[in-house]
Formats: sequence, structure tokens, C-alpha cells
Amino acid sequence: MTPGPEDRPGGAGPAERTAAAAGRPTRASSRTDGHPARPAVGRATRGPADGLATPAGPGSASAGNAPRRPAYEKHTAPEARRGNALHAGAWWLWALGLATAASRTTNPLLLGLIVGVAGYVVAARRTDAPWARSYGAFIKLGLVVIGLRLVFSALLGSPVPGAHTVLTLPELPLPDWAQGIRLGGRVSAEQLVFAFYDGAKLASLLICVGAANALANPARLLKSLPAALYEAGVAVIVAMTFAPNMVADVMRLRTARRLRGRPTGGVKAILQIGLPVLEGALERSVAVAASMDARGYGRTARVPAAVRHTTNALTLGGLLGMCAGTYGLLAAEGAAYGLPVLGIGLALALAGLRLGGRRSIRTRYRPDRWGARAWLVSGSGAAVAALMIYAGTVDPEALLPGVVPLVVPGLPLWPAAAILIGLLPAFVAPVPPKEASQ
Amino acid sequence: MIRFEQVSVTYDGAPAPALRDADFTLPEGELTLLVGPSGVGKSTLLGAVSGLVPHFTGGTLRGRVTVAGRDTRTHRPRELADIVGTVGQDPLAHFVTDVVEDELAYGMESLGLAPAVMRRRVEETLDLLGLNELRDRPIATLSGGQQQRVAIGSVLTPHPKVLVLDEPTSALDPAAAEEVLAVLQRLVHDLGTTVLMAEHRLERVVQYADQVLLLPAPGAPPLLGPPARMMEISPVHPPVVALGRLAGWSPLPLSIRDARRHSPTLQTRLSPPSAPPPPSASPAFEARGSGGEAPSFGKGRGGESRPQGPGLLARLLGRTNTAQPPAAPAPPAGPTPPAAPANPTAPAAPTAPAAHVTNLSVRRARAEVLHGITLTVTPGETVALMGRNGAGKSTLLSTLVGTVPPTTGQVTVCGRTPHRTPPPDMIRHVGLVPQDPRDLLYADTVGAECAAADSDAGRPAGTCRALVTALLPDVPDDTHPRDLSEGQRLALALALVLTGRPGLLLLDEPTRGLDYAAKARLIEILRGLAADGHAIVLATHDVELAAELAHRVLILAGGEIVADGPTAEVVVSSPAFAPQVAKILAPGHWLTVAQVAEALEDTP
Repeated sequence: MTPGPEDRPGGAGPAERTAAAAGRPTRASSRTDGHPARPAVGRATRGPADGLATPAGPGSASAGNAPRRPAYEKHTAPEARRGNALHAGAWWLWALGLATAASRTTNPLLLGLIVGVAGYVVAARRTDAPWARSYGAFIKLGLVVIGLRLVFSALLGSPVPGAHTVLTLPELPLPDWAQGIRLGGRVSAEQLVFAFYDGAKLASLLICVGAANALANPARLLKSLPAALYEAGVAVIVAMTFAPNMVADVMRLRTARRLRGRPTGGVKAILQIGLPVLEGALERSVAVAASMDARGYGRTARVPAAVRHTTNALTLGGLLGMCAGTYGLLAAEGAAYGLPVLGIGLALALAGLRLGGRRSIRTRYRPDRWGARAWLVSGSGAAVAALMIYAGTVDPEALLPGVVPLVVPGLPLWPAAAILIGLLPAFVAPVPPKEASQ
Repeated sequence: MIRFEQVSVTYDGAPAPALRDADFTLPEGELTLLVGPSGVGKSTLLGAVSGLVPHFTGGTLRGRVTVAGRDTRTHRPRELADIVGTVGQDPLAHFVTDVVEDELAYGMESLGLAPAVMRRRVEETLDLLGLNELRDRPIATLSGGQQQRVAIGSVLTPHPKVLVLDEPTSALDPAAAEEVLAVLQRLVHDLGTTVLMAEHRLERVVQYADQVLLLPAPGAPPLLGPPARMMEISPVHPPVVALGRLAGWSPLPLSIRDARRHSPTLQTRLSPPSAPPPPSASPAFEARGSGGEAPSFGKGRGGESRPQGPGLLARLLGRTNTAQPPAAPAPPAGPTPPAAPANPTAPAAPTAPAAHVTNLSVRRARAEVLHGITLTVTPGETVALMGRNGAGKSTLLSTLVGTVPPTTGQVTVCGRTPHRTPPPDMIRHVGLVPQDPRDLLYADTVGAECAAADSDAGRPAGTCRALVTALLPDVPDDTHPRDLSEGQRLALALALVLTGRPGLLLLDEPTRGLDYAAKARLIEILRGLAADGHAIVLATHDVELAAELAHRVLILAGGEIVADGPTAEVVVSSPAFAPQVAKILAPGHWLTVAQVAEALEDTP
């Protein structure tokens, strides 16, 4: 649990609530646990009538006059605020865990389950922020991927042998030198099913990434970057605030074209608007740069020359080591030294980054803290990934259903149960406030 | 605190220095107002304090600028960040992050303050500026006044000794401007912050100033002195000063309160007990009767070439009315004769209205931006739309021009439904000059812009150029529109819109960034157009402009019309929208200095 630093007075309701609903005697929990369950949370199951103090539960004799509320209530997810916000990295780890799980299977039932889990969590915990609306776009992108995969499979053929012919496309005769390539021709059901499974896997990966994108505040994620990478983070944040401004500029200028009596659509309009929009963006970026400069951006601490040189050497050496290590891993004969060199390179580069951070005098205002809820969220993703990888070694058949012959894929029970672990964030992550967009 | 020693700034490639021989010292804990017409180097001077000039902008700075003992030559802007806080003209261009709370912390993060200190100062600043309810809001969703407060807050958190502001209230409605100024005053009084601020709308700020730094003309050295003395010689001054000069009050009053102490004598001179001024007539016209010459208001800039104004424009545009089927009767002397108090807005002759709006509602998503608006604008009438930021003024203009379709209700402009009429047809009936005139400018020379406007509107070549010549006598064809000053750009956009000879002219916040001289020219031009039979609707925060120009004022609040009537009646009764002269001479019905001047001539 990550108690918020500022406690607001708990909702009025919980204080009067009796332990009746819990069905067992509970200890009056402290009012300062930082997780006042507000009525808006809606997830806290509570007695049918708050006002009725009916000590009905077995052994509820201890229900006295002290303000009481069910013990589990302090464990229900609090309303999200700045102080208790879930670390953006936790969402990404969770989503990458789901994505890893998706990459291990082509079973459409399991993939569907993964997408369902991701979708449920997004529906339960996303805010009204602009990035949160991108989830729909990712789902559409996933569908497009499946469609494309099917179309290409039908057009270009597939190595999958198949007995059931669905339709026959007119085949395009190709010259001799293009042997092995086929355009059109017979399309079999097996090949289409295979393509669908494959496309569905890719689409699930995309949707998992989309879920992370919808749930994690990108600006906060960038704030968690190490100090040495801060500049890059700022560049991305400024770019992110610029994109909506440019869109607004385009809308405004298109409207303005109407005022000059010109059509607002068409290529000509875009060309004519393009230059003023770019000019505006340039002017704005210069203004932001001036503002950042005047507000102290880029102030650096003096570091001794020795530290500077060490930083350079560490970073450079680390990167070289990582290159050599990767080459070793991929090349046929270097597998023995590849991994250690890669590890050393990585360690050197990280040390370089850490040392490089000394030049920056920046401090961080209210960084997201990695609390128990963040552990639970990221842990659930990791658990899904680990269990699916394990399932792949134990029962590969169930995870990768065959297409020749065509069979109805079965639902392997315990991998499916493992995926359901991914629902945990929908219960432990703080609930975004309802009025966030107002 | 701020010390300029023989400072001159010359930008690269500029023939003359933008700022010359600045030599002054601003003491600690005072609010200094930087005053001067457009283009005299106000922004350059402000930039020199924060070190952005010349470190960021380029150019050559001669002399020495020291802020709290730090020389800006050896200290880059980022090294002055803990001493100087700078807020530019456009708050949106100032923001680096996307949420209010992060924005407030940004400067402190850069300076490397301890997290506990940052947290405390953010909370203090949220309270100081009344931003606590907005702390988690994305900045893009805030109103203009709120954004301006966030911008000020974001530079306050590092506790700077000097605050530099460039036109902090120009874009704000009167109430939001008061809010910002109250904060500034509190900073000066309670925290001892030194504030240096440039502002065109002197009527809002001059009474708060401890000192005035006057840049009288381009290339002239700045003068520093107490506000009353500086205002005596300043070419730009608010109406209260103009009235004081006219009446010969000494010392010159700067605030309404001071002026009201002097006002009884003027009141008796103005209105002999036997003949009180007619209360219902909209007196803006009486001033027009004297040839449209405003005797003292805004005429300070000596040698300012007067627009050739109504005469030429009337000739250029005069054909409009005859060409148009429901011809507006050419108003002989004043567009709207002073009408009976019962229905003061209706013109004497029954003419087709220039615009007619019935029960209009506009929704954006779930928000009702406009609700139940009913409005008629007659040819020759000038209507001022007022109200706070976000009250729906711009949306109403957009529905009139057809860029926003009404959700329910009817909009008819010159017999057409704007959003269903194709744009080329529409621009001959209604024209809108948007808030930022640059939105209308695409070409890279004034000449090309004019040629495009002629072909867009289907007018003979040269129509637009003639208009531009009338409005901007000395702008050559090959000037790039971006090189024009704010006022010139506005005039160019106006000319482009007028090329279509629209019967209804709409202007959105036309005086933003204009100095008094440019504003006076705009007023002349618009009066000429109104006299010509154009209906004009302007959305503005500028009460002085409305007082000078409008026959009728509509006040919008929350998307509904809450007041509609002749200017004199509506604005005089409102504390926020009353012009200074009306406040000083209440309960009289004078709105502008020009009217008072004329009345004084009549009653020697």
C-alpha cells in the first residue's frame, strides 16, 4: 500500500458503517490509512442500508459504539490522486508481461482472453486524458493487422498445405526468374486459419501495448528517466504538447480559409495551410525554448574533469561492450564470451549514465513512488508471462494448436487461469476520479 | 535592483538600434510600468532584464545591465533564473509541461531545490494565486485568465526578486485582468518583489504603478519618473489621463478615485442645472458629428498620418449598398438617429436586418456554448459583444459567419443561412476578422495577398489594393505580412475581408496588442464603415473601444445574453464594463473623452 501523503477526511459514510456486511467482527481501522473508499469507488461491497446498525453477523458482539468499517475496505483501491498514483512503469511492465504471454501462443481462445483481460483493466482504470483515448485506435490497428495478414496470405499463397479449398483466385503467370513466388491461385481454409492465428497474435501484442499507452501517463513515465537522459525526456514531452497545438492550428487555419471564401478541403488547402502551420510551430518552439532558458533549463553543476572523463570512458566502453556482446551472441562461434561481454558492457553503460547524472542539478517534484500496488500490478503481468512461458514448455500443443488437419482449438485450463491473474490491476490500482475531464 | 548603464541594443541587420541610451535604476520592491507606443523597444528592454536579449535573440548589447548585482553579459538567462522571472505575451508559449502542478514546479526543478521545499512552495503559490482547484488540470483546458495566473505562478515559485511581464492583461477580460493585477500588487506589497511590466491597456494598470518608465518614441532614450509626471508627457495615456489633461487637473489623476475628487467642477461646467444631457441618446454619435475627429483621445503620436478614412472608404465601398438588393438607406449624418428610449436600437427606416438570429443554441459535445440567443443587427449599426473569456462571444461570431453550424435555431445573414452557403458566396455578405489576423494571411507579400483576395471575392483586380492603400497609406506591395506591426496586420486583414464588400462585418477582439494610436485609427475606420451602412459586430474586452464605437452593447454570460441595450445604458450601470470617463462623471452619461471635449466646446 502506498499511503498518500495528504489524507483527506474519509468519506462520511464509512464511519457509520457497521460490520454487519462483513459478517465477522472487525477492528475499527484507522482513519488515516490514506485509502478512504469513497462512494464513487463503487467496488466496496457494503451493507444494504448504511443507517441500519444491525449486529447480525455471527459473533458480532464486539460491535460497540466505536466507528467501524469492514477490514477489507482499507484494502480496496483508493481514488487516484497525485500522491498515490501508480507508477507509470508498473503499467508498462504489466502490459509487457501480457504481451510476452501473447507472443507465446497462437491459440485464439487464449489470445482472446488476453485481449479481454487487457480491455477490462483499461475500462476499469483509464482516465479521460487524451492518451487514454488511444486504446480504441490500437484495437482498430489490431483488426487491420489481422485483415492484412489474411489478404496477403490469400494473394501470395502460403507454405501451409491444405486440403479444403475455399476459393480459387485467378493466378497471375510470372516469368521463370520469379519462381517460388505465386500471385493468386488456390486459397485453402488451413492457410487462412493459420494466417488468422498469426495475425491475432500480432494484434494481441499491439493491443497490450495500447493498454499500457492508455493507462500510463507518458509524461510521468518520462519523468522517471535517469537524470542523464532528462534532456531527451524533455524533448519528447515538448513534442507531445506540440502535436495537439499543431492540430489546433490546422483546424483554425482551415476555418480561416473559409473566411477568405476558399474551400476548406482538398490538396491545395493543405498545401496553403502547411506553411503557416509550420511557421507557427517554429515560432512557438522558439518561444518555448526562450521560456525554458529563462526558467533555468540546462543549468549544470560543475563536476571535476576526472569525473567527466570517467563518464565518457564508461559510456563509450559500455556501448562498445554491448555491441561486441550482441555480436558474440548472434555469431556462430562467439556464444561463449557473448553473454558475459554483453553483461559487462551493460553494467559499464549504466554506471556511465549514473555518473553522468551528477552534472545535472535537477531535483524531482513529487516523483511517482513505487509502492506495494505498483509491485502487485507489475507482478501480475510478470506472473502471467512466466506461467505462459512455463506452459509453453509443458504443453506446447495446447498453446500452438495445429491447422493441418483443421481442429477446433481447445481451451487449456490452467494457462487460461494464469492469464486471469492479469486482471489483478483492475482491483488494486487506484481508481481515476470520475470528474477528471471536467 | 535593475540597473541599465548606457544600454543600446542593435539587432543583426537592423539599421538603427532597437533601444538607445537606456540609463536608469529601478529600486527594489517597486512596480514599474513600461509605457510607450508600439515598436519603441519595450520587449527589447524587458528581454534585456532577463538576459534573453542578447543571449537568446542575438544582436549587440552595448553598455551594461545588472540585475541584483549580476551582469547579464556574463550570466546567461538560465543563470539568472533564480533572480528574474519572465512571463511573455502568450502564456501558452511559456508552458513546458502539461499539468498545472508540474508547471509550477518546473522552474524549481531546474534550479535543483529540495523536494520538500518545492512541495511547500507549490502549495503556497497555489493558494496565493487561487489555483488550488486547478492543480491537476491539463493546462490546455484552462481559460485565458487562469493560464496567465499559472504562468505567473510558474515563475513565482523559485522566489525571484524581479518579475518581468510583457502585456499580462491584454488578452484578458476586465475581471480576469483585475485578478492578475491584484496578485501582482500583493507580490509587490507583501513580498517586496520588484515588478517591471509593459502593458498597452494603461487604463487597467497605471494606477497600480509606483514608477513609470516611458519610451516616448523609437530611438528616444527611456525616461523614468513618478506616474503622474510621466503621464503628462506620455504620448500614450488612458482616458482618465486624457480627461485630466483636457480639464487641466493638477496633479494629474491616475485612478478613478483621484479623478472623481476633481470631477464636481467638471460636472458643473458640463451640465448647467437647467439642461441635463439627454440620457437615452447614444452619445457616441454626437462626437462623430464633429467630423469624426477625436480631439485628444489617442492622438498623441505626433505626425501620425491620419487614415484618409471615411471619405475614400466610402467611395470605395459606397457601391456596395446600391448593388445589394435590400439597399440600406445611406445614413445621412449618423447611422442610427437617437431613437426613443423604448426601442433605441431600431433604426428609423424599416430595412432588412443585416443579421437575424432566432433562438440559437450551439453545443460542443455536451456543453451548451450558446443557449437561446435571439438577436437582430440592422445595417449601419455597431454592436459590441462583451463578457468574460469563454462566454461564447467567438462562437456567436462563428455561427454568424457560418463556420459553426447552429445546433438549434435559425441564423440568417443578408437573407442566407451562413453554414449552408458556399464560402465564395458568403464572403460577399459577411466577413470575419479573427482574433489573430495572421490566420487570414497566406501569401508572402501584401501584393499577392491583395491579388488573391480579389480573385477570391470575384472583384476586379485592384479592388483590394485600393482598400489597403486607404487603410495603410505607406505599405509597399512587396512587404511580407509578418513584417507588419500588429495594427498594420489588422488593417490588412480588414482590407482583405472588405474586398468582398460584406454587409456584415465581424471582428473578434480587434484591439489586442494595439497601442492607442493604432486603436484610434481602427475606430476611425470602423466608424467610416458603419456610416457607410455596414453592420459591425465586435467581440471585445476593451470597454473603451466599445464606448467609442458601439451603438449597442450585448453582454454574454454562460452562453446567454444577459444585457442588451444602447451602449450608454448598458455599460454605465456595470462596474466591470463601464469606461473610465463614465465612472468618473457618473451619474452623467458621458462615455468618452471626445464627448466631454465636445460638450465643453458647446458650453464655454
